[in-house]
Amino acid sequence: LWWHKPVVDQELLQSLPNLKVIANSGVGMDHLDLKLIASFGVKMANAPRAVSSSTADTGMALLLASARRLVEGYHLAISSDTDYCEADFLGVEVTGATLGIIGMGRIGYKIALRAKAFEMNILYHNRTHRKEQEEQAVGATFCETIENLLQQSDFVMVVVSLTPQTHKLIGKREMELMKPTATLINISRGAVIDEEALVTALQTGVIRAAALDVTYPEPLPRDHALLKLKNVIITPHLCIKTDKTTYMITKEAVENILAALNGLPMPSEVL
Amino acid sequence: MESQELPYVLTDCIGGRHGVYEDHAEFLKKHFSLITMKEYLENKKLLGEKIRAIYAWYHKPVIDEELLRSLPNLKIVASSGVGIDHLDLNLLSRYGVKVSNTPFIVSNDTADLGMALMLASSRRLVEGYEMAVSPDTEYFPADWLGAEVSGATLGIVGMGTIGYKVANRAKAFEMKILYHNRNQRNKEEESAVGAIYCKKIDDLLQQSDFVLLSVNLTPQTHKLIGKRQLQLMKPTATLINISRGLVVDQDALVEALQNHVIKAAALDVTYPEPLPRGHPLLKMKNVIITPHIGSATKKTRRLMMENMMESIQAGLTGLPIPNEVLL
Repeated sequence: LWWHKPVVDQELLQSLPNLKVIANSGVGMDHLDLKLIASFGVKMANAPRAVSSSTADTGMALLLASARRLVEGYHLAISSDTDYCEADFLGVEVTGATLGIIGMGRIGYKIALRAKAFEMNILYHNRTHRKEQEEQAVGATFCETIENLLQQSDFVMVVVSLTPQTHKLIGKREMELMKPTATLINISRGAVIDEEALVTALQTGVIRAAALDVTYPEPLPRDHALLKLKNVIITPHLCIKTDKTTYMITKEAVENILAALNGLPMPSEVL
Repeated sequence: MESQELPYVLTDCIGGRHGVYEDHAEFLKKHFSLITMKEYLENKKLLGEKIRAIYAWYHKPVIDEELLRSLPNLKIVASSGVGIDHLDLNLLSRYGVKVSNTPFIVSNDTADLGMALMLASSRRLVEGYEMAVSPDTEYFPADWLGAEVSGATLGIVGMGTIGYKVANRAKAFEMKILYHNRNQRNKEEESAVGAIYCKKIDDLLQQSDFVLLSVNLTPQTHKLIGKRQLQLMKPTATLINISRGLVVDQDALVEALQNHVIKAAALDVTYPEPLPRGHPLLKMKNVIITPHIGSATKKTRRLMMENMMESIQAGLTGLPIPNEVLL
């Protein structure tokens, strides 16, 4: 599968009686009906190792760009109106700020590693507690409740997979718990955030800004409010869009396919 | 004691686009009689004698011989930021005026911005944003790619406080780090960030995927990166400048970008600032320019102001000056 296509439905599965394995490019599997596919005896694989660095980089790129108002600054710098630079054009500090990571899987952990180098105070919320050494290596503190994390964070980074439990995980209530100076960054799936609530929160100063690599749908309808807000950066699902990572994804997919076809254990089987 | 007059400090202006921030001015006025250039010019004779310090915010006011002659009791100039290339240090020294800057306060923010520019450029963040919000966009093409930062080679030219902080951050992205500096750093410092010294800048230029400039502007670093240096860089490399516009031969840079000699550039500084509106750099898709926001965060600017105030107070009372700039 490349970028979630072709669509794998009952009809397709029925017409491919010898189908053994579906290898997905990327790590998200929410576009696939896992139960249906399993019922046809077809194995599935994703590419978790390939995507993590690149996606973590995207998260950090968005965090920094939003904090320092990079896109706005660029527009100011090239604008035909600028007669000289605005000395009062200010962003917010990243070094020493508090980053709350929601979803501390492979990608979330790589973000923590990067954020630590910026001397950020790292909080995380996850289904399960990470091991103590892993926590210590990045100086991360577990937040039993997501509320706890939201209230203390200057930057909230959402790095969960989309499941029925994480659908609209961040809604009106969660945003109101965040600091009014906080930034929300989403590199997971658009549907994890209640977009309508986000628009309101951004328009009324409930939170400072948002940076979204993912939305629902992608792309957003051209008249969507999010496209016009100055304090929003949207990027076109960049997470794995580098030549190196797309190549590694393909490589990981090939490894999985060959393993499945040869009856060997698959490196990244999704059960 | 309460009736003692507060020391007279000259500044360019308060508020507006480049003046001292209103909330900063409020704080400063508790300690100084803050006089704007406008007020000074309206009452030169009286105020000229009284002014004992200049609070130079954003490289203003311009301090020339004429001004120095009319401020006979001037003891110190406190300059915001770390760069002092806009000050004539020899001239100030001749008039017995001390100078201070704010070197360390700006380093975290500037290193952060260097990383922000590197990531934004390599992942084509600005182009991506335009695509995401453009009225013409119907879908996001799958073959639209950027370049990976993780695992790439970063060459840092100028490994001072800021350069070293960039190295610290880049290490967490598993980057290979090369550096060129007037002096080699000691072994512990090098191994802490995994940085390899390149005695010759050419070696760094030839091996780097990203070249980041964090030197100060001196006669030696003026046009440090010119046509020859750009040609030594990989055609897939990106130049990032967070130092001063004049460190780069800008015309050579334009040519190099136009002819694909290097891949892209990300510049927080140019010469002049801002660039004239028709300048080719403003139109190139592979160039990101930001309006000199290296230290532009609320917290840092506040700390800068407090540092400058302390330097002025020390300068006026004859105490050792924090962050004094020596010739």
